[in-house]
Amino acid sequence: MTLTHIVVFVVLALLCGALVRGRGRGWLLMGASVVAVYWLQPALRIPYLDFAFPAITLALAVVVWAVTRAGDQPVTREDGAALGVTAALVLALAATRCLDLDTAAWWSPTAARPPDLPSVALALAALGIGAVLPALLGGRRPWVRGAMVIFIIALFAVMKTGPLAQTAAGAVRQLAGRDPALASATDLGWLGFSYVAFRLLHTLRDRITGKLPALSLREYLTYVIFFPAVTAGPIDRAERFVRDVRALPDLPGLEASRMVQGGARIVIGVFKKFVIADSLALAALNPAIAAQTGSTLWTWALLYGYAFQLFFDFSGYTDIAIGIGMLFGVKLPENFDRPYLKTNITAFWQNWHKTLSDWVRFYVFMPISRNLMMRERKPPLLLIVLAAQMATMIVIGLWHGVTVNFVIWGVWHGAGLFVHKVWTDRTRKWYRGLDEKPWLKRAWAAAGVLLTFHFVTLSWVWFALPDFDSALDVFLRLFGV
Amino acid sequence: MPKWDWLEKPATPFNRGFALRVAAKALALFALCNLAFALLDPLPALSRISVYNGLAPGRARLSYGEDPARSYSLSLDNLDALFAAHEVAAPKAADEFRVLFVGDSATWGWLLRPEETLTGQINAAGYTLADGRRVRAYNLGYPVMSLTKDLLLLDYAMRYEPDMVVWPVTLESFPRARPPFAGAPQSFDKQLFPPLVQHNPGPVRRLIDAYGLDLDPNDPRFVDLTFTDKTLIGQRRALADWLRLQLYGAAWAATGIDQVYPATYTPRQEDFDDAGVTRFGDLEAQPLTEDLLAFDVLRAGIARAGEAGAPVLLVNEPMFISAGKNSDIRYNAFYPRWAYDDYHARLVEMAEANGWRLLDLWDAVTGGDAFTDSAVHLTPEATGQVSEQIAGAVLKLAEE
Repeated sequence: MTLTHIVVFVVLALLCGALVRGRGRGWLLMGASVVAVYWLQPALRIPYLDFAFPAITLALAVVVWAVTRAGDQPVTREDGAALGVTAALVLALAATRCLDLDTAAWWSPTAARPPDLPSVALALAALGIGAVLPALLGGRRPWVRGAMVIFIIALFAVMKTGPLAQTAAGAVRQLAGRDPALASATDLGWLGFSYVAFRLLHTLRDRITGKLPALSLREYLTYVIFFPAVTAGPIDRAERFVRDVRALPDLPGLEASRMVQGGARIVIGVFKKFVIADSLALAALNPAIAAQTGSTLWTWALLYGYAFQLFFDFSGYTDIAIGIGMLFGVKLPENFDRPYLKTNITAFWQNWHKTLSDWVRFYVFMPISRNLMMRERKPPLLLIVLAAQMATMIVIGLWHGVTVNFVIWGVWHGAGLFVHKVWTDRTRKWYRGLDEKPWLKRAWAAAGVLLTFHFVTLSWVWFALPDFDSALDVFLRLFGV
Repeated sequence: MPKWDWLEKPATPFNRGFALRVAAKALALFALCNLAFALLDPLPALSRISVYNGLAPGRARLSYGEDPARSYSLSLDNLDALFAAHEVAAPKAADEFRVLFVGDSATWGWLLRPEETLTGQINAAGYTLADGRRVRAYNLGYPVMSLTKDLLLLDYAMRYEPDMVVWPVTLESFPRARPPFAGAPQSFDKQLFPPLVQHNPGPVRRLIDAYGLDLDPNDPRFVDLTFTDKTLIGQRRALADWLRLQLYGAAWAATGIDQVYPATYTPRQEDFDDAGVTRFGDLEAQPLTEDLLAFDVLRAGIARAGEAGAPVLLVNEPMFISAGKNSDIRYNAFYPRWAYDDYHARLVEMAEANGWRLLDLWDAVTGGDAFTDSAVHLTPEATGQVSEQIAGAVLKLAEE
């Protein structure tokens, strides 16, 4: 999201607040989100892929909505209208091809010239007949939902695994009549797919377990591709999100408190992202600088720069997303709460990218620990904790990309969480005794903050660098080896 | 208190009046800041604040870069910031004999690491004078060929107490603007074309006035700031450049890299096509008189350094002498023989007439392998040979 995108979203929010009333607000959010997935999608090297990816996002969302409908939930006229509006918007975006717009300009709704209208219409019809219709007719069978989960995880794995993504890019290039030898994983720059996939998986899983409320297609689509959060989260929960969407018709138009709060969050977010983080990026660890640096001291400085850049970048984006959401009347969940000031690694993970941590806790940690606990020959409790924490953190690592470094990063944090759990179990009594020595408790907390911050910061070496050798080299250099 | 309670649960709920007051105050404050910035012009003072020579080591050469993300160096026109980031801004040691090098990309060290440049190799050699003072050379070259740009930097650098100035020059830095004439509709100007010169109209006009330079003080290329340009909004690029320069201090300190070193480059040209082979810029063979070449700028630089008590050693830069096609007409891609021979003769003659110290190294480096991507860019080894000759002349001049 650029400053231009933010300004346009703010203006749209103000216009929406001033001019749109009642149910129109929900429709506007959906329509704006559909257009925004195209507008935010960057240009890609393979022709028309930057138009196809948003279309696939929409198609996936419609199909998953169809298969996650509750058993007694009919397809209503409103659902039909949502489908029609979505298809019409996609066709309208494709029709901008005739206008021969300057696609580099900020007001161009697509990153590159769209495909011709008949091709898009044909593709939409094929998607409708081949995917949406079958999903509507027979998608509510349990095995279909299971298959969708597997399909999305497989798609996710392809997108996140370098060699697989490169092979897929080669295939797409061949389809597009381009040289597959030039394929690169970066050809597949699918905007927001990581977040969209986790939202889809959440609804599929919650439908399987019966926790998902009934959602109309309009509500579901808006949830999956809500434009402030489509690029960098937060990953909201559908049942919470839809409460806000359903309350939109009754919200006062330009409610002062909402405008002030949303505006303040946007200003703070813009400052964090575009001033602090973008400045720190010039003095932060990256693969090129890591290979050129010899000094231990300066490697530490660059690593600190990276740690703060990452925080301000990501939390700044979150503030902007939350702020824009507030202006539209949707309160997205918080994602960060002073994580680098936490006294232990468990508290850090309760306050760093909270919505992702929560997601993985719900869908990885809890099922694994529950499964192990329910076994007839139950493993020792510590082993259960270790296995569940390792799996949780490795999944978070792999969510960023399927590489050795992200696995090591996950293991690092899994081990940290486990050691902290064992440590607190054994020192709980002693720690309570510190209540009588406040100064010692404060010093202990300060030491905890320092230790946690450095534990996390050292892990960023595996996160920032793309391969094992360069990360290990930097890691050893940090300790003068 | 949870992080956002101050915003989401205020003691007094926000109302429309509050929102409007906040917006009005923010606008007023913003306007006031812009006005104050334009009136007070704090940029020069701010620019003298630098992380270099403190948190980070001073840069070994003036910041210049077209690909900052890879070179950790950027081009900016702010002289205060440029010099504050340079190692020359560090205090002068008591036993230091300070020698400032000004000049073009050959002095700056195109494709050379800082330790491979003329100044880097002189410093590594560890020369000392008879009185025990250590010769410490500073690279104030800047990769643009223009005597006026050299003069501008030399003038600014006089505040750093030099004991001597070394000024490598070549013909390409000399041409000046003149009225277009038949056969040469484009004026081949090297004096006021550098952005560094155009964006520093005040100091350049002062030099034009003080030394009676034959340059137009009202040249339209000078960038004079309007009141709007002086506001915070108008100066946002200059402020951002200053900030970026400071931030690149970490990368410079960590890597010692301040330019992009390409794995391969196109070597200097050896063969010359027939078309235009006799031309020097837009000129065909003719006498290169003072109305065409800016010897007055050279004279001003020597006078300016002299006023600060620093003698100037002029160096006629080594250049590639081709043996390829049409090499009987042309020395290299820059110069046809008629132009360079004329310039060379005039430079020697003028130096003798004015008592300038000239070290004439124009043909001191032989062999095409000694040059890299242009006729004046030397390899580290060839730079080492030249640095020895310059160091010899510096020591000799210092002992006089």
